[in-house]
Amino acid sequence: MAHALLDPWRDPTVRRALLELVLIAASAGALGVWVVLLELSYAAESLAHAMFPGLVLAALTGLPLLLGGAAGLAGGAVGVGLAARSGDAETGVAVAITALFGLGVLIALSPASPPGIEGLLFGDPLAVSGADLALATALAVIVLGSLAVLHGRLALLGFDRGGARALGVRAGRLDLLVVGLIAVSVLVAVQGLGNLLVVAVLIAPAATARRLTRRLAPMMVLAAGLAALAGLGGIYVSYYAGVAAGAAIAGVMVATYLAGTLAAGLVPHP
Amino acid sequence: MTPLLVLADVSAGYGGAHDAISGVSLTAAAGERIAVLGPNGGGKTTLFRVLTGELPHRGSVRQAGRAAIVPQTERSRLDFPVSALDVVLMGTIAGRPWWRRAGRRERAAARAALAAVGLEDRAGASFGALSGGQRQRVLIARALVQDARVLLLDEPFTGLDAPSAERLEALTGALAAEGRAILIATHDLEQARGWERVLCLNRRAIACGTPEAVLTPEAVAATYGGSLVRVDGGGLVILPAHHH
Repeated sequence: MAHALLDPWRDPTVRRALLELVLIAASAGALGVWVVLLELSYAAESLAHAMFPGLVLAALTGLPLLLGGAAGLAGGAVGVGLAARSGDAETGVAVAITALFGLGVLIALSPASPPGIEGLLFGDPLAVSGADLALATALAVIVLGSLAVLHGRLALLGFDRGGARALGVRAGRLDLLVVGLIAVSVLVAVQGLGNLLVVAVLIAPAATARRLTRRLAPMMVLAAGLAALAGLGGIYVSYYAGVAAGAAIAGVMVATYLAGTLAAGLVPHP
Repeated sequence: MTPLLVLADVSAGYGGAHDAISGVSLTAAAGERIAVLGPNGGGKTTLFRVLTGELPHRGSVRQAGRAAIVPQTERSRLDFPVSALDVVLMGTIAGRPWWRRAGRRERAAARAALAAVGLEDRAGASFGALSGGQRQRVLIARALVQDARVLLLDEPFTGLDAPSAERLEALTGALAAEGRAILIATHDLEQARGWERVLCLNRRAIACGTPEAVLTPEAVAATYGGSLVRVDGGGLVILPAHHH
């Protein structure tokens, strides 16, 4: 039994993958709580999809994925801005995001694209480099530091958005900051988890934690812990079932959410 | 007595063809509770937003510091994971640089404000789990921690049971007696009779003065129009607004 538990960790790439996942879990877990509480899940998913054409083009041209993702986000922002002027902003955004994502898939899956480019869709945590780890560390410092400073203002925004201005908080500026943090997080995490699965690490652990506690700080710690545990579990599933690590991690996160929902229904709320 | 609030010919709106309020003048002194009576859409919230600095206006507004508003509890998200103490601490945000978190001093002030409204033992309770009256008092504590001398209470008695309403009534009296001016948006004519002054507002100031002088059938009828009925015994009742 112990042998089976330890076996995957003999490989340094697996150890590095876990470290990457724990670092991303720390920032995504805490940020995800705000994504869920401020009802920004759709925005997070849209950001992830909007950057996809940029990621694909970067992979095809040999540019850093980070640069491609950032360019993709900028292009997505322009597309969303133009689409939102159509009158029905939400529909416009949905059309723009779907069009951008479709464009990326079209390029990625065309016969001319090199093999392996589909990894951008589903990710590969086992392929993380030292530079990826450094980026994930920087992300954790930036996101956790920002959330610590903004904690009171974010709580006010979520609790009483209409009254925020009277208490010295400009909702629009804070919204932009949070969306910026989501964009940076997605940009960093997408390389390990893939474009389709990156949103899972932001949403699923936070949504699970929200069902299990009504306190903000414990909710963030729990979300980060659940995300890290899902990373650990996903690596085992991937190792022993021979499935893609990114998909296995996302699957464990969803299973955790379902279990958390069940547990919240069975146990009286604190 | 030095007034804490002086409004002269104040008009404000939301960019439409007509102002939401126009030509409103009012003076409020320390120790006064002033009922702001008016129908829904009559401009009570607009007046309060002018006083908190949220809405640009024409005319003159002079006040001792910035007024603090106590919103209706329904405006807050009751499912949001914050404690009573967390909510009161939100009142300290404007007084801190953006990079500084609430520290020991702010926490002590928040606990003192909770004690002032009789909720020191509920500091750790979830806001959503409190009763309607307790939630209203937490929001008053949030206003108190801002050190505002002018408090704006937006229909604070709506939905409260009789004991909670009595307790809140006593609290507003005590806070006014400590040297604050309190403007209370309400539809309750009988309650307004017990306060120092009344402002009848329906897009403009219909009348302003002592309850005896202002709460005449003519002035109240001019304020509320068709939503006012006379009942047996001569009393006046405001019918709830109908939404179609």
